[in-house]
Parts: sequence; structure tokens; C-alpha cells
Amino acid sequence: MNVEKRFEIVRTFVAVTISLLIGFAIILFASDEPLSTLYYFIISPSTKMRYLGNVVELAIPLIFSGLATSILFQTGLFNLGSEGVFYFSGLLASIIGIKFSLSFIFHPILAILIGSLFGMIVMLLIGFFKAKWNASELVISLMFNSIFFGIGAYILNFYFRDPNVSGVYSFKMNESVFLNKIIPGTRIHTGLIIALLTVFLVYLFLYRTRWGYEIRMTGLNKRFGKYTGMNTTKVILIASILAGAIAGMGGAVEIIGMYDRFKWSALPGLGFDGALIAMLAKNKPKNVIFAALFLAYIRIGADLMARMTDIPSEMVYILQAIIILFISGKKFLEGYKEKSLLKEVKNNE
Amino acid sequence: MNSFFDTIFTSDFVFSTIRVTTPILFAALGALISNKAGSPNIGLEGIMLMSALGGVVFSAYTGSAFIGLLGAVLVGLISASILAYFTLKLKTDVILGGIAINFFADGGTIFLLYYLTGDKGTSSSLPSKVLPNIDLPIIQNIPVLGDIISGHNILTYVAIILIIGVWYLLNKTATGLRIKSVGENEDAAKSVGVNIMKVRYLAMALSGVFAGLGGAFLSMGYVSWFSRGMSAGRGWIALAAEAMGRGTVLGTTLSSILFGAADALSNTLQLLGIPSELISIIPYLATVIGLLIYAINNTKKRKLKE
Repeated sequence: MNVEKRFEIVRTFVAVTISLLIGFAIILFASDEPLSTLYYFIISPSTKMRYLGNVVELAIPLIFSGLATSILFQTGLFNLGSEGVFYFSGLLASIIGIKFSLSFIFHPILAILIGSLFGMIVMLLIGFFKAKWNASELVISLMFNSIFFGIGAYILNFYFRDPNVSGVYSFKMNESVFLNKIIPGTRIHTGLIIALLTVFLVYLFLYRTRWGYEIRMTGLNKRFGKYTGMNTTKVILIASILAGAIAGMGGAVEIIGMYDRFKWSALPGLGFDGALIAMLAKNKPKNVIFAALFLAYIRIGADLMARMTDIPSEMVYILQAIIILFISGKKFLEGYKEKSLLKEVKNNE
Repeated sequence: MNSFFDTIFTSDFVFSTIRVTTPILFAALGALISNKAGSPNIGLEGIMLMSALGGVVFSAYTGSAFIGLLGAVLVGLISASILAYFTLKLKTDVILGGIAINFFADGGTIFLLYYLTGDKGTSSSLPSKVLPNIDLPIIQNIPVLGDIISGHNILTYVAIILIIGVWYLLNKTATGLRIKSVGENEDAAKSVGVNIMKVRYLAMALSGVFAGLGGAFLSMGYVSWFSRGMSAGRGWIALAAEAMGRGTVLGTTLSSILFGAADALSNTLQLLGIPSELISIIPYLATVIGLLIYAINNTKKRKLKE
């Protein structure tokens, strides 16, 4: 392993450690029983099969959003539209679940396809605006999130809301749309297999095809891409469509894998989490799995902590922000990097 | 349709537009200053949110609206300085740094709110203060005009004064010239001895102060409490307004008013019985359309030049 690579790993590790330490400090400061709070946050998710199941269940949508965001970030697109896509594709999947009744495997496939298709269209639009007119994909994608949330909430409330339950929930979906549970004692569903398969396919695409190569090169250096005759517009559009398909798939899989009705009364936040996962994973597909598991673990830890103690689970968002700040700091720990480079040079002499 | 125009062409609507433009304008002016220095502040949305909570907390615990305002501004200043430290010193990507600040604000405000009040939604249990509304002497008695420009929150007038203030800063002061020189040509500025880092820090800090004022308006003027996510995209809308304003004070102000009007429209339409979910998207839709028109024009101009 070269110095550069090792350095990246050390840096990621240090960034995560700093944020966890800040988390501990917050707990020590704010909690009446800091030790048991720490226990719930860090240890308890691994104490029960059910909790570990929760971690994997939560990692499934995070893998999709992390993968989608890595593709976008890798192309140099700061597009956070996965959030709105997750929400709306989830809603579309639930509508397919409510309105249709198909023989077993075709029903979930249709729901996921429709979710993906929606994601592709949305991201293609944002990518098109960027490629053609250089319109800020960050601001437009964030505005799109709010717009799709508004439209989705309207559709849910006026057309699919079940008046017989309290809360704004949709009607029950037909059982044929649900993804099967695959591990007894947990709610882990076939979405896990779809997620892992998607990771593998994205890996093949990025590292074994010409388009994938162009996506990676564009992200590294836009001018290099242009000089070597790549069509940046095409690359942006391909990356956007792919990311949209994956985000849309994620929203659909989450709804038909974990819910019996559509229950999101706000944007679920899963799409935004993709940003942290992409950064932790350095945009590498297989790392996305581990980054998603890590985030899912501390999320479940925070949920358990919030349930058992006086510290709210939102603490995790503070830690997430700190990790992003440090990991993306190009000069963070640079002194250390230079030292290890020097050492390497000396060793080679 | 008649009732639609009846609601638009009223002094109430214009008054309401000025009111809801205030936070967008503050943030957009902040964005303008930091962009001029070549160090965009993408964290405005989150900084406004943190300042909104800061204002409520400081005013509730001191019993003084003025200290609350100072607190909000201080929160804005500090969080923008932290962001500046990361983007300028540690070379964190400007956009990722901004995204991180926004995530931090989303979670951090809820965390602190819950810690202080046991509530994750609003600060209604905190006895926070509001900044006063001002009736302008003489002007308030002029028909129509008085209804429109008198009786606003004091921060609205501060915002109006700051439009001129920012114009003066950027065009008539040495600091303003330095800010612009750093943004336009870093190397040239360096060669004549301008401390680039210092100027950018200053510009970021100023943009934080402006976002702080915007946040204070939200929780101590627009309404009298803090609620989660209350900046509701205004920081992003402000970035769009600054872009559409083509980096000028006048342009930024006008596009802020345009987005403010869209916001006011969504408030007014609610009264006409159109589903609130659909109305809520109007400001965001307006921002997308505005940004696209701006971007398309920009592309055309660039092509003409080539």
C-alpha cells in the first residue's frame, strides 16, 4: 500500500475518532448518567441479534444513497437530490403496492422499476441543467427536494391517505409487493441482496467500462477529461441517470421492504446521509457497504441511547457534520503526510 | 382568478413581501460579500438556523431582546468563522464544508432545543423576546405608502440600511476594494501586498453576521419562537438571489424581493383554500425557474463573446 493510500485511511480514521470523541464529550457534559449513555450509544447495538438486524436493515437504504451520491461526487457533481428522490420514489412504490396486485415477484420488481425511473428522470433533469447551462446542481437539487416533498405530501394526503388510521399514512399495500424477510429474528429483507448486487454492478461499471473510466477521470480533473477528448456533458448525464436510478431504487426498496403503508411525514434524511457515506467511502463502491454499516451502527446506537437516556438521537448529525469537515479538509494532517512521505523516501534510498 | 389579483394588488401583499424578503435579503447580502472575496459561503442556510435558535436562547435567558440579537449575530459570526477556518486553512472543499455546516445546524439545533426545553419541535416553552416593530413618524400617516413601509420589524429597516451599507463598503472603502481584488484576481492582489487570507476571513465573518441578522429576524421578528428547520431553504434561496443579481448590490436586492414575493404569494394563497402542500412549493419553484433563466442567459452571453 502506498503512502498516499495509507494516509487517506489514517485521515478518515482520525476524522471519525475526533467526531466520536466530541460525541463522548457532549454525552459527558449533557447526560446525567454519562457511562450508561455511552454504553447504549456504543455497545448496545451489538448486544442483541435484533439490534444487529436493525443495523443491517438501516444499512440497506444507506448503501443505495451512498452509492448514488458517490457516483455524483465522483463526477464532481454536488447534487443532494437523492433525498427528494428517495421520498418520492418510496411514495410511487407504495402507490404501485396499493393500486396493483401482481403475482409475487413481478409486483416488487414493478415498484422498484417505477421508483428507479422517477429517480432517473429527476437526476437527468438536474444533470442536464448543469451540463447545458451550468446551473448550480446543489441549489437546484435542494429546491427539487422541497418541491417533490410538497407534491408528494399533496398526493398522499388527497389521494392515498387512509382515513381509518390516525396520522397521515397511506392505505395498506398489497402483500404481494413486499420484499421477503431473509434472516429469521430480524427484519432484514431481500433488499440487502439487491443492494449488494447493485454495489457489484456499479463497481463493474466504474472500473471495467469506458464510460465508467470517463466518469472517474472527469471527477479527478475536468480539464484533463476535456483535453483527452471526453464529452463532459455526456459524462454528467450518464452519471446523473445512474445515480438517479440507484436512489430511486433505494426509496422503493426501503418502503416495500420495511413498511406496510407509506408513513414518511417528512423527508426521510436517508438521501442526505449518502453525502457522508460517499465521503467515508472515498467514492469507492465496495467501501460504501462498510461506510453504510458504520453509519447505521451509530444511528441505531443513537436511537437506543435516545430511548433509554436523556440524550436525543440528533447528536449523530453533529458527529456526521464533523466527520465531513475533517475528511474533506485537504490540509488536515498534512504535516503527518509529509513526514511519512519523507520517511518513505529515506527508506528507499 | 379575480380574487387572486385582488390579493396581489393590495398594500397588505406588498407589506408582506417586504416582511418575508427581509431574511432572504440579509443572507443574500452576506452571500454577496463572501462571493466578492472569492470564498463562497454555502453554509448560510445552517448559520441562519443556528442564529435563529441563538437569538431565542440568549433573549430567553437574559430577558433582553437586544442581547438576544447580539447572541444571534455572535452565533453567526462564530459559525461562519469556523467554516472559514476549515475552508481557508484546512482547504476543506467549499461546498462540502457548507453542506457539513448545514447538517450540523439541522442536528445541533434540535439537540440543543431538546436539551434546553425537552421539546424537539419548537421553543414555545422558552420565554424569548421579540424585536420591536417600528411605526415611522409622519410616513405612517400617508395613505397606502404608510401601510406598506411603516410598522415593520426593526430588522427590516436594518436590512434596508444595510443594502446601502454593503454598496458603500464594496465600492467606497479600502476594505471593499481589497475584498473585490482578492475575489477577482488573487495573484494580483497578493502582488500588491493584500493579505488574502485575512480578507477572506473578514468576508466570511461578515457573511456570518448577515446570516445571523437573518436568523434573528426569523425567530424574533417574523415569529416569536424557534422551530426546527425554520430557515426552510431561505439560505439556499439567498444564494440563488445573489447569483441572479450578478454580483451587484442592486441586482441581489431585486432578486431577493422577487423571491420574497413568491414567498408572500404562498402565504396569501393559503387563505384562498388551495392545498397548503402545493402552495408550499411556490418559493422553491420560483427559485429553480429564476436560477434557470439566469443560467440560460449567462450561457447565451458567454457564447456571444466567443
